[in-house]
Formats: sequence, C-alpha cells, structure tokens
Amino acid sequence: MGEKLVSLNDVTFKYEGQDRNAVDCVSFDVYKGEWLAIVGHNGSGKSTLAKLLNGLQFAESGSITINDIELSEATVWDARKKVGMVFQNPDNQFVGTTVQDDVAFGLENLGVQHQMMVERVQNALNKVQMDQFLNQEPHHLSGGQKQRVAIAGVLALQPDIIILDEATSMLDPRGREEVLHTVRELKDENILTVISITHDLEEAAKADRIIVMNQGLLYRQGTPDEIFQLEGELVELGLDIPFSVKLGKALREQGLNLADSHLTEEELVKDLCELNSRM
Amino acid sequence: MRIELQDVEYRYQMNTPFESLAIHDVNIEINPGSYVAIIGHTGSGKSTLLQHLNALIKPTKGRVIIGERTIESGRKEKQLRPIRQKVGIVFQFPEHQLFEETVEKDICFGPVNFGIPKEEAKIRARKALKQVGLAEEILEKSPFDLSGGQMRRVAIAGMLAMQPEVLVLDEPTAGLDPRGRKEIMDMFYQLHKEQGMTTVLVTHSMEDAARYADEIVIMHQGTVYQKGTPFEIFSQPEQLMELGLDVPDTVRVQLKLQKELGVRFDHPCLSIEDLALEVKRVMERGSR
Amino acid sequence: MLDKMIFGRYVPLDSLVHRMDPRSKLLLVFFFVCIVFLANNLITYGILAVFTLALIALSKIPARFLFNGLKPILFLILFTLLLHILFTKEGDVIYDFGFIEIYEGGLRQGLYISFRFTLLILVTSLLTLTTSPISITDGLEQLLGPLKKWKMPVHELALMMSISLRFIPTLMEETEKIMKAQTARGVDFTSGPIKERVKSIVPLLVPLFVSSFKRAEELAIAMEARGYRGGEGRTKYRQLSWHAVDTLLLCTLAVLTILLLLFRSY
Repeated sequence: MGEKLVSLNDVTFKYEGQDRNAVDCVSFDVYKGEWLAIVGHNGSGKSTLAKLLNGLQFAESGSITINDIELSEATVWDARKKVGMVFQNPDNQFVGTTVQDDVAFGLENLGVQHQMMVERVQNALNKVQMDQFLNQEPHHLSGGQKQRVAIAGVLALQPDIIILDEATSMLDPRGREEVLHTVRELKDENILTVISITHDLEEAAKADRIIVMNQGLLYRQGTPDEIFQLEGELVELGLDIPFSVKLGKALREQGLNLADSHLTEEELVKDLCELNSRM
Repeated sequence: MRIELQDVEYRYQMNTPFESLAIHDVNIEINPGSYVAIIGHTGSGKSTLLQHLNALIKPTKGRVIIGERTIESGRKEKQLRPIRQKVGIVFQFPEHQLFEETVEKDICFGPVNFGIPKEEAKIRARKALKQVGLAEEILEKSPFDLSGGQMRRVAIAGMLAMQPEVLVLDEPTAGLDPRGRKEIMDMFYQLHKEQGMTTVLVTHSMEDAARYADEIVIMHQGTVYQKGTPFEIFSQPEQLMELGLDVPDTVRVQLKLQKELGVRFDHPCLSIEDLALEVKRVMERGSR
Repeated sequence: MLDKMIFGRYVPLDSLVHRMDPRSKLLLVFFFVCIVFLANNLITYGILAVFTLALIALSKIPARFLFNGLKPILFLILFTLLLHILFTKEGDVIYDFGFIEIYEGGLRQGLYISFRFTLLILVTSLLTLTTSPISITDGLEQLLGPLKKWKMPVHELALMMSISLRFIPTLMEETEKIMKAQTARGVDFTSGPIKERVKSIVPLLVPLFVSSFKRAEELAIAMEARGYRGGEGRTKYRQLSWHAVDTLLLCTLAVLTILLLLFRSY
C-alpha cells in the first residue's frame, strides 16, 4: 500500500450527556490514493469519525495525524486545508447565492487573490461538470447538482482528502450515480484520496477498503471481498449485502459450483458464463 | 375506497408568466385493497400526481374521483376534510411535520382535527405506536428528543391514527439505513396484507415496487408512460432502461445473462430466490 | 405568492442602469432622499421629475412594473394629500363647504408632498428593480467598510444578508411543504373562523423554526469545515467595478443639487 496520509491512534470521543463513547478506542490508517468506505448503521459512530477527522470535534484521548501533523486546536485550520468535507444535506452546505459564489467561499476564507480565485473556481467547476451553471441559484439545482457544487468547493481548496459524510443518502438514484461518478473520476485521476462514510453497501463494494463500525467500535476492516464474507454478521449489524453477493449465495445454495464471492454483477455474469460453457 | 383520475392535467402558477405544465393526460385507477407503486424520475410529475389523491391540489383540467366525491377543475370545493381523513398522505421526511410537546399529542393531532374525541384518539395513538414498532414509554417524551428513525415512525403513527382507508406513501424510507428501510416497508406491507389497506407507494426504488406492489404506474415527463403488474412491466426491461429508469437488480442481471449466455427466461424474476432457481433451470436445460 | 410581489423585485435586464456599480446607485438613492427636500416650487419639482423619468427611461424597466410598485403605497400618498388639504391653513381659501375650508396653501403643500413621496418611491424601487439583492449587499458592505474602524460588524451583517437571501427560496419551499403536510392532517389554513386560523399557525411555525435552527447549525458546521473564521484576512470573489458612468451619475447629482439650490424659492 502507498504512503500513510492519515492515522488514528486509540481515538475515543464521547458526546456530552451520553453514557456510551460515540467512538471508542479506534485506530486505523488511510493511505494515499485509496477509496476507504466507513460503513455502519445509524449511531455506529461513523459520522463522529468524520467530524473528528476534520477537527469539528476533538478526541478525548488518542491522536489523529494528518500528513504528519497531529490534529489539535492549534493545527486545525491547517488540517482543514488538507481535508475537505461534503455533508449529507445538499441545501444546508450551500453558502453562496450562486454556484460560483459558493465554490469561491472556501477560497475567500483563505484569502486567495482574486485572479487565482477565478481560475480555481472555473477549474473546480469544470472537473465536476458544473461549469455551465456558474450563475445558477441553488434552488434551481437538483440535489445531485448541489452536491457536485459542494465537491467543487472542496476541490478548489486543493486538499489531499475528501470526506463524503453520507453525501449521497438524500439523493435520488440518478443524483447518487452523478455524485459517485464524479468522485470516482477524481480519485482515478489521482487528485484525491476518498473517505466515504455511507450505509450504501453497493457503493462500499466498489471501495478499495472497508471499515465496519458498530457501537463506536471498529468492528472489522478489510477489502470488500473480506468484509462481504461476513454476510450474516453484517445483516445483524443492520447493514445490507451487495446484490451480487446475495445472488451468488443463492446460486450456490441451488448447487451451482461458483467461486466464493462476487462484488460486481459483471464478475458474477462472467463466472456464470464460464460455468455454463463447462456444463 | 376507489380513486380514479380522468384526463388529469395540472399547471403550476396558471395564468402567470411562470406557468408550467406538471402533469397531463393522466388516467389512473386505484382499486380498494390494491397496492399501487408510482415510479419515475424526480420531475416526472409523481409528486404532483400524489397531491391530487386527497385534493391537496385541484386539477386544472380533467377530474379526480375519490370515493363518492368528484373534484373537477373550475369548481369550488368545500368540505375537503372528509376526503383527507380517508386518504392519508405520508410525505417525504414526514418527521419535519412534528410540532407538539409530546409524542402522544402529536399522534392525536390528526384524529382530533377530524373530530375524533380525545379519549378515542389516545387509544388510537397507542395502537398506532405499536404498529410502527415503538414502545409506549415514549408517548410522554418530546418528539424532538427522539432519534431520526424514531421521529419518522412517530410521524407515520400520526397518519395511521387517522385510520385512513387509503394510505399514500411518498418515499417513506428516504435517508434511512438498510435495516430501518426494510422494517418500515415490511410494516406497511403487513398493514396492506392483514387489514387490506389500499396503499399507494411513490418511490424511486424498483426493488420495492417489484417486491410489494400488485400494480406499477410508470410516470415519465408528466404523464403515464406504462402501467401494469410487475410481471408485465418488467418483461420489457429494455424499454425502461432506455428512459433512464432502473429495473430491479434481478431483472437487470437476467437481461445480462440472456445476452451473454444466449438463453431465454420464461418470465421476469423479481426475487433472488426465483432468479437463482431459474438460472439453474436454464443452465441445465441448455446443457442437455 | 411571489409573483404578486412586484415591489422591490429584481428584474434582470441589460441596461445602462443595470450595469452601474451598486455603490453609485446606493449613493444616488441616499443623496436623492436628501435633496428631494430642497424642492419647494414648480420648477424644482419639475427638475426632479425630469431626472427621475430620465433614469426610468435609461433603465428600460417597463413602466407597469413601477406603477404596480406604487399601488400598495397609493393609499399612503392619498392619505397625506388629504391630511394636508384638510389641516394646513395657509394662503387664500379656495373652497368653503361651511364645515370645512380648503386653503390654497394646503392644496399646494399636499400635492407637493405626495409628489415628493412618489418620486422617492420610484427612485428607490428603481434601485431594487435594477440591482440584484446580492449586488446591493456587496455595495453596502463596501460603502460601510470604513465603519469597521469603529467596530461596526459590517462583514458579518453583509454575510447575514447574503445568507438570508440565499435561504429565502428554500424556506418558502419548506413552508409550502409543511403546509401541505399539515393540511393532510386536517388543518385548514384557508377558511374557517379567525380564531381557528390563528391556531393553525402553530403547526406551521414550530416545524419551520425547528428546521431553520437545524439548517443554521448544519450551515455553521459546513462553513467552519470550509475554513470560515470571520472577516479577518478574507478576500472577495465578487469585485465591484466603478466605471465612468458611475462618476458621471454622481456629477449629474451634484449639478442637480446646484440647480435645485438655484431655483428654489426662499
């Protein structure tokens, strides 16, 4: 695996007035250029992790290191330049009155010079294919378009990491596909390392690595292949399994001689073809 | 109760420069005891359509027949409350409508508005709470102290306590995690099966439509593109995919297999088990 | 609802007035409000009227928009007129109805004041009709900039204004949604006795407040995550550009003032 970009060491966090730790002694690393999915049911601590990574909350014990800088109140503003975040509700993170104003918001905060700002706004909007909507007002955009603008706002700041905090959960299927497609392109162009917090297991299946959270604890981590071996365990945690995994299982139960697990339909269909030609 | 839409058209902001056509030439029947799914993209007109089902809006052309009542364009309608009691709509993110100090008061709000005595409403509240799978202890809590999933259930209980004859659900599981989604959908299905609740489900999810509905209505660009049983609808999946609509995972895989294996399936499979069986059968037949 | 509110609504057109710097337009309105009080006879009012009409013509705004804007205030204008006619007792008596006497001075005063009122409204609505709200906000922020020295939270106020502008349509949509949801639960917002209707506001307002607070909280978090830490050291994406026309406008205003001073009667 590539170089370590982020490391968490025994991070613990508790919300005021709650008995249980929202995040309990969690340690993991994030590597440059990967797509890491963090999954778990509501209240498993996955969203708290996102807030900790961006310095919106601080760990009670343990440490978070981003690019060799340990996250603390003193370094948080530098850390935020490295870690961009897209939140769940497309409406409640749109600050500007128009698309270009919104993308520029983060740049204004950093005091970027005007000429540079114009360039970066334009580039960022090109990357998410929203450059045709410069002067559009947010209430004329679809949810997926708003989230792409939010991604452009992150891109304009040229961070190393983007965190998607359930960024697709309020979108319709088309919007979800738009957003994931955009992020995947950015990842493939090596522009960003992606941490995606989600309960969409189809999305997680396409990640490089998955972390499963449960009750504030890191339950498992591994490649999608490894994680989806857990099948029943995942369902018990309130999660789902990708369709191709479920179908593969059903086919094996019918006595078809299939290899263990398939993360995508394409793989499954391919294997079935091979099997068919051998029959 | 039966609901019928005849040649319904609706335009927003009629007679202003901002006028826009939302739906047109819509003809649908919803028969008592049926489970109808309405499917389409955002902007296909399904949200506008659903507001006609309990006269929240009046067609600008055509007529809507709801039980004994007929809502027609150009006619003033009074006394719409009885219609709204009989046709309950659970809107998207229904937890946004909660406002009372306690869960009990909020659930009773609807029934009391429709003239149900307080005591009776309280009994209904308890029953509805049980239906949505919440414990009675939360009756005295403030709805704003609950988790998102619990708030959703309370809001749904508020609609069930009205004891409507038709239940209209607009994306009732949006934003929930997989377990919550399944529990809510199963709860509505149980209600439909056990009490014969007429159910209209507006959704993006082809999976849900295929699994639960007896009839599917596909909305496209403001009008009904196709309607029929899930079997009928999904036996021509290519058509739907051309519109950019999803088909259930099972149907999509089936289509891929047909292409790659060069085999034909007898019918569209709507469940994983069925598909696994069919795949096995088709492959064995092919090898002979 | 929105389509009836013409007053103060931005009409995006391409005209000289639209292209002007919001700062010069704001200054214009400010000074116009002051110098309008210099006029006190036919000639001076005439000069002001010509100036206003010239601006309207340059803005290409259809007259009907402006007059629609006047409608809601028509009552106020007529009321002022009537008040002066009835109660100002100056000059000769023109009419005597016995119980009431109308003086020439009263009539003149009344007419002048209503006319002044009309001019003020026309010029201010011209500002909002030709300048997008966000430009007005930018203009205000820049004009008031020097006040920061005296601890005036100019940047914060401007940000508040722009965020409010951004969220107005969102909240309107939300209001409509909640109204529909509560109507489905048996609330009647449109008919019934007043007492019932007032009561029906509660199920609308509470959810609206709750969601607005939630929005505000989430927005604050999102802003912080994007590096917002107050106005200090911030640059501006929107740049205002002052053109020759803007200077010309202010010069015209100066000439106008001189003319008014010359022609007003003492």
